[in-house]
Amino acid sequence: MKKSDFFANHDPRIIPILQNSIVGIAGCGGLGSNAAFTLTRVGIGKLIFADFDKIEPSNLNRQQFFIDQIGYYKADALKANLSKISTFTEFEAYNIKLTEANIPEIFKDADIMVEAFDKAEMKEMLIDCWLEHFPQKPIIAASGLAGWGRNELLKTRKLENLYICGDEQTELQSGISPMAPRVGIVANMQVNLVLEILLKDL
Amino acid sequence: MKKITVNGNEVDWLEGMTITDVLQKMNYTFKMLVIKVNGELVRKKDYDSTTIPAGADVKVIHLISGG
Repeated sequence: MKKSDFFANHDPRIIPILQNSIVGIAGCGGLGSNAAFTLTRVGIGKLIFADFDKIEPSNLNRQQFFIDQIGYYKADALKANLSKISTFTEFEAYNIKLTEANIPEIFKDADIMVEAFDKAEMKEMLIDCWLEHFPQKPIIAASGLAGWGRNELLKTRKLENLYICGDEQTELQSGISPMAPRVGIVANMQVNLVLEILLKDL
Repeated sequence: MKKITVNGNEVDWLEGMTITDVLQKMNYTFKMLVIKVNGELVRKKDYDSTTIPAGADVKVIHLISGG
């Protein structure tokens, strides 16, 4: 596949900008796997992503994995799947639990961070850590995406370099995971914001 | 009476009021939060000790599980 063929439907002005950009994704579940698929399709030059978890059958309701990948590390499986979409994005995958101690090193080259964790305490840890270490770099978080319907409640809030996508109100009931449509919408809202930030000068 | 703004709502400002005071006043009981005062992040460990200046713009983000 030639690069010019892959990008044939893109505005030629945006290709070098996207190809020179590095996006971090913290977590490879519902938000992270969906965001990674879209970021690869838009042609970001490099994605850095991490998750310590392995794929379970219940993940297939919303995450971009397949039956024959159950039991594999999510980050490894995601890299394999993304590699089937495009050869014009470089993928750096880590099968590792992200902590305040390793986030600054793993994601130091990222221009923008996409927060894609499941648990609120992890979201809080990442945002806190990111704004502390990289206050000049945008971080796009997600909060409130459980359930179904209610498209009109999904929105974006901007607080300097911190962006929040979601309805900021729908709590997850214990034992019930989000569903494909709403988690997919919010993941794509995050990616859409990545583009808005990267392409702001066009 | 001097005011501050909390998530767009006007709230009376009191000399020496801290982040913790504002959270109590607003009845924000969420555990997972990100707070910015005039655009600056306030770390969780500093909620009790950080005082809010009059006229400040306080943003409180409630982080909800799911992803």
